[in-house]
Amino acid sequence: MNSLTQPRKWEKFFWPVLAAAVFLAFWHYAVQFSGSKIFPSPADVLNGIDELMKKGVLGSYIADSLHRVAVGYGLAVLLGVPLGLTLGWYPAAAQVVNPVIQMARPISPLAWIPLAILWFGVGDAAAMYLIFLGAFFPIVVASMNGVRNVPSMFRRAGRNFGLHPAALLAKVVFPAALPQIIVGLRIALGIAWLVVVAAEMIAVDSGLGYLVIDARNSGKRYDLVIAAMLMIGTIGLALDLAFRRLEKIKSVRWGFRLEA
Amino acid sequence: MSQTTAPPTARAVKTKLRAEGISMIFRRDGKETSVLDSVDLDVYDGEFICLLGPSGCGKSTLLNSIAGFLAPTSGKVTIDGEPVTGPDPRRIFVFQERGVFPWLTVEGNIAFGLFKLPQEERARRIAYYVKLVGLQGFEKAYPQELSGGMKQRLEVARALAVNPDMLFLDEPFGALDSITRLIMRGELLRIWEAEKKTIIFVTHDIEEAVQLADRVVVMSARPAKIQQIVEIDIPHPRDISSPRYLELRDGIFEQIGLAHKV
Repeated sequence: MNSLTQPRKWEKFFWPVLAAAVFLAFWHYAVQFSGSKIFPSPADVLNGIDELMKKGVLGSYIADSLHRVAVGYGLAVLLGVPLGLTLGWYPAAAQVVNPVIQMARPISPLAWIPLAILWFGVGDAAAMYLIFLGAFFPIVVASMNGVRNVPSMFRRAGRNFGLHPAALLAKVVFPAALPQIIVGLRIALGIAWLVVVAAEMIAVDSGLGYLVIDARNSGKRYDLVIAAMLMIGTIGLALDLAFRRLEKIKSVRWGFRLEA
Repeated sequence: MSQTTAPPTARAVKTKLRAEGISMIFRRDGKETSVLDSVDLDVYDGEFICLLGPSGCGKSTLLNSIAGFLAPTSGKVTIDGEPVTGPDPRRIFVFQERGVFPWLTVEGNIAFGLFKLPQEERARRIAYYVKLVGLQGFEKAYPQELSGGMKQRLEVARALAVNPDMLFLDEPFGALDSITRLIMRGELLRIWEAEKKTIIFVTHDIEEAVQLADRVVVMSARPAKIQQIVEIDIPHPRDISSPRYLELRDGIFEQIGLAHKV
C-alpha cells in the first residue's frame, strides 16, 4: 500500500478486525493445543461474562468502580485545578511547595495503601483516597505548568485592556492554560482508572478489581479474571475516548494540533 | 533631506506624547547591557510615527516603555501631560498577529475590552469594527480558521474597539507575506485616516516606514539613540516611485549606512 494513498473505507475497519480475529484464533488454538485446564479459551471468557451478568454482579461491580473513580477523581479535579492555577500564578508560592509536590509525585499511590487503611479503615473511603492521590498530582502539575506557559503577550494584552488580576486570571490565563490542563486531566483519569483496580483488590469487597482477585482466590476462576480484565480495558478505553471529545471543543481546539 | 524636530505643518501641533531622557539598562548575570541611551521624542496628536532601526536595536524596548509595560531605568514618559505608570486601555499595544486570543471567536476578541459597556453598545461596536477591518461573515470564526492577515486585522479591530487615542504597533506585519503586508499597510492608513488615532509603529523595514509615517525616527544600533528624524512630506496615497519618495527612502538607506544595491 502506497503511504500517500488514503486507505479505502473498508480497509479502516477490515485490518483491525482481522488483527483481532487472528489474535482470538491464536488464543483459542493455543489453549486447545496446550490442553490447559486452568487457562480459559475465548469462549470460556464469553461464558464467564454471561454468567456474571446473569448473577447481576457485573453491572453493580462496574457501578461501584465508576463511583469510586468519580468521587476520588472528582475531588482531585476540584482541589488540584485551583491549587495548580494558584501555584502557577504565584511563582513564589510554587517555590515553597514544589519540593514537597515533586517528592510526593513519584510515590506510587499503592505505597499509600497502609496509610489509607490506617486513616480511613478498610472500605470505600480508603479506595477513593488512593484514587484521589493518583490523580491529584498530575492535575496540579499540569495546571501549574499550563499557567506558567501562557505567553506573556496574552497577559500583557489582558492588562492593556484594563483587566484586574482576578479578571486576568479568569479571562486570559485560565482559557490560555486550558488545553494543557485538559491534557493533565486526561492523564489523571487514566491513572485513576489504574488505581481503582489496585485499590479494590485490597480495601473493598466489590468492584472490578475485587472481581479479579476474588475470581482467582475463590476457585481459580481464570475465565472470570480475564472477563474482568476485559471489562476494565473496555471501560478505560471508553473513558479516554469520551475525554478526548473535550479536546474538540472549539475554544480549546487551538491548543491541540489535530489539524493544520 | 528634511531633518526636523518641529511639528509637521499639515497636522495639529498639540504634543500627545513626550519621552524625555529615556535610558534602559538591563542587568542579567551581573552584566549590564545598555539598550536605550537618553532618548527624547515628542509625538504630536494624530501623528503617525515610525520607529525604524536594525533588529535588536532597542526600538521595541522603547515602545514597551512608552506603553507602560517596562519602566525605564531613567527618564520619563508623559502622555497628555500625565506620567505613564502602566498600561492603559486608552493606549493599546498591537503585537504580531499572535496576540489575538485563540480561545475566542472574532466577535469575542473584539468584545474583549468592552466588558464595561452595555450589551447594545457592545454589539454595535463589534458590528462596526468587524466591518471596518473587513471580517464580515467571520464573526463566529476562531483565529485558527483565519489567515495571518485576517488575524492581524482582527487584532487591530480589537484594539480600536475600545476607542483608544493611541495605538502602539510592534512590527505588526512582520510575520505576513510581502503581498499581504502591502495590503495591510493600505488598510492601516485607511483606518488611521478614518479614526484619527496617534500611532507609533515599530519596524525594521525602511520602505514600510517611508510609506506609512508622517515622521520616521531613525534609531542607531544598541544602545539605541535617535539618529535622525525624517519628515515624510508626501501626501497619501503615496506614489512609491515618485522622485521625492525615492529621495527620502535613499536618504534613510544612507543614514543607516546601507548601499542601496543588492
